[in-house]
Amino acid sequence: MIDVLIIGSGGAGLSAALAAKEAGASVLVAGKMYPTNSQTSMAQGGMNAALGNVEEDHIALHIQDTVKSAHGLCDEDMVRQMCGDAPRTVEWLESIGVPFSRLNSDTQGIKTIAQRQMGGASAKRACYAQDYTGLKILHTLYDTCLKEGIKFIDEHYLLNLIVDGGLTPDQTAKGATFLNIRTGRVRQIDAKSVVMATGGYGSIYHGFTTNMYGATGDGIAAVLRAGGALSDMEFIQFHPTALKHSCILISESARGEGGYLLNEDGERFIDELKPRDEVARAIFAQMKEGRRVFLDVRHLGEKKLMELLPQEVELCKMHEHVDPSRELIPIKPVAHYSMGGIDVDYALEVNGIKGCFAAGECSNAKVHGANRLGGNSLLEITAFGRFAGENASKHALYASSKPADDSQRKRDEAEIESLFTQESSESFYTYREMLGELFYEKVGIVRNNVQLNEALEEVIAMQVAQKRMGISDKSRSNNQNLIEFLEFKSALLLAPAVISAAIARDESRGAHYKIGFEEENDAFKKHLVMQWKKEV
Amino acid sequence: MQISIFRSETNTHQNYRLPAGEIPLLSALVYIKETLDATLTFSAGCRASVCGTCAVRVNGREELACSYKVKPGDVIEPLQYHPVLRDLKVDKERAMATLKQGTTWLQEFREASLSHQDEKRTEKQTDCILCDACYSACPVFAVNPEFLGPFALTRAFRYTEDGREGDAKSIIDTIQTNGVWDCTLCGECTAVCPKGIDPKMDITMLRGESVKHGHADPSFATQSFGTPDFGGGGFGFDPNAGF
Repeated sequence: MIDVLIIGSGGAGLSAALAAKEAGASVLVAGKMYPTNSQTSMAQGGMNAALGNVEEDHIALHIQDTVKSAHGLCDEDMVRQMCGDAPRTVEWLESIGVPFSRLNSDTQGIKTIAQRQMGGASAKRACYAQDYTGLKILHTLYDTCLKEGIKFIDEHYLLNLIVDGGLTPDQTAKGATFLNIRTGRVRQIDAKSVVMATGGYGSIYHGFTTNMYGATGDGIAAVLRAGGALSDMEFIQFHPTALKHSCILISESARGEGGYLLNEDGERFIDELKPRDEVARAIFAQMKEGRRVFLDVRHLGEKKLMELLPQEVELCKMHEHVDPSRELIPIKPVAHYSMGGIDVDYALEVNGIKGCFAAGECSNAKVHGANRLGGNSLLEITAFGRFAGENASKHALYASSKPADDSQRKRDEAEIESLFTQESSESFYTYREMLGELFYEKVGIVRNNVQLNEALEEVIAMQVAQKRMGISDKSRSNNQNLIEFLEFKSALLLAPAVISAAIARDESRGAHYKIGFEEENDAFKKHLVMQWKKEV
Repeated sequence: MQISIFRSETNTHQNYRLPAGEIPLLSALVYIKETLDATLTFSAGCRASVCGTCAVRVNGREELACSYKVKPGDVIEPLQYHPVLRDLKVDKERAMATLKQGTTWLQEFREASLSHQDEKRTEKQTDCILCDACYSACPVFAVNPEFLGPFALTRAFRYTEDGREGDAKSIIDTIQTNGVWDCTLCGECTAVCPKGIDPKMDITMLRGESVKHGHADPSFATQSFGTPDFGGGGFGFDPNAGF
């Protein structure tokens, strides 16, 4: 039986794997794609660490900025830990070879790393690698995993966690069941501890998100089904600048480097470097008044753009037919990051499931609160990814090595089997689109209780309709139709959790903004936690 | 507009009709799957040319489906030299294994004082998204499936060039067999790379580094003349001929 099973092979999963292995544990990483395909590759702007390489900076300031942006909903001890760990984490990334952008200085090691401005930051704090920061961190992590002999099983879709003592306070993770996408067979993997590193749920906003297709919160849904707790699900960050027609992300660093936001009358209407929630709302207000909004980086000049933001230039040309050095870039705010997720304690252990840890976007370690700062997610996945891996390996030391029985696997086999026989009279693809539109429209940047309640009713109707949906591809092997249906089911399971939390929070705080309740209310300075209970 | 897509079940190409308009190939594939034929199988992720998932061949040339604008009559096929799992979806395990084979990682860290110029030395190489387009375009695999291939060699070069690498020799030694000398320098990899990386140049540079580390082109070593070759390669003076 392996010591640590890591589910998800993005930046958090790979960091956890390396730390667990370093601690002496046997490690297996299971993911639904190949490791370097993960969404970490899409992170562009940078990773925060108060190195003070460009201008004076202190860990205390990083903590202060993060706490301020979180609007009272973070746990300051966790923020302190993350920000305090940041320089050390950059040092670790430096030691494995991450190709950071550099300054010309006479210094050594991480003091040579270039740092840029991001929104809500009181200093130039984001370490970067051009605008490919996530890609280059992810690939270097992967190279290091190969060096360390980490074992991977690719194309394994998580079905369920296996827990001992189901839905009791002492229940413990014993492994997980997966659908082997290639063979179509259900497989059980036993483990002494489990790390969830499965990413966020931004793809509920299908068609209105910067996220990749698969960011459907599969791991979060699995934790919910297994009796673990979720929290702060109503907090979804909208990124101010996605390309208008394709929703492809244009990094905040475009504004950090001096880009402006203009409305169609050519006027600037907001300080572009305010936190993302405020900028997104300001853009949304312009659009509500019927004005188009643009990002303007023309004054930076072609040379500087190609130096600092080469990927953005390429994406604008490709998807929007716009040359950013000469033309305005049409943009709109879309769903980008889920602050909420699996509720974890100080050791990143899932509340409600012992021996199960969570790190990265899938987890709610309460470091982002009501609004995440740009540059803090790459920090979280690496710093807390490692922390989760360390803690999972410690748990494995004294965990029972008696494997679980095969009852979960049998249930999952039966469930998958039923999907092959189930008649499908309605296409879930249509509902996937509808769900995305519904969320952008009614659970979006500016919310109100009437629309939220309508959304909840519509989502419940969709859950009822789900019985009429199914797969039309009946192939056992490599059935992408089946995987997409399972992903849609994850999204649809989490959708009411997001909406009901949004309904319950009668105030405005960070990314959650509600008409009629436009102020922060101290009575809501708390986390909304939800968990399934055993029926008695 | 009509396009034609390879279907593995029947081993034929199937035609699909799309609404007119300029869209990325990936959007076309998603459209087909959602509305015309849910069995069509392909891989996709980020839509933004950075996750490396969606490379296919269009009219015989490697493209990322998310960044290629589909045109009437296009023929879409899976990558070459990868076992086809289903339709456009391939098994990348063998190709990915070249990274391990080439030990393409930082061997031994040493602290360095890196500058902006040092960053530039490997900026392009580290843009690699492991889409396997170069692997599919490389004709060497037709004759030598054990070849390390373009992306692994580019990655090897990237680490040997890193100022923090304390043991570049170890990588150079590893890539001598089925590596730098097996490349024909045809440049197909460079032509198809969606990120503008130039593996051909990287391999050329690695050959220079190999010589510096005391290695030689094995195709010279196996030739019959025992004296140093002063250029020319294919033709020259054969001391054993006719005397």
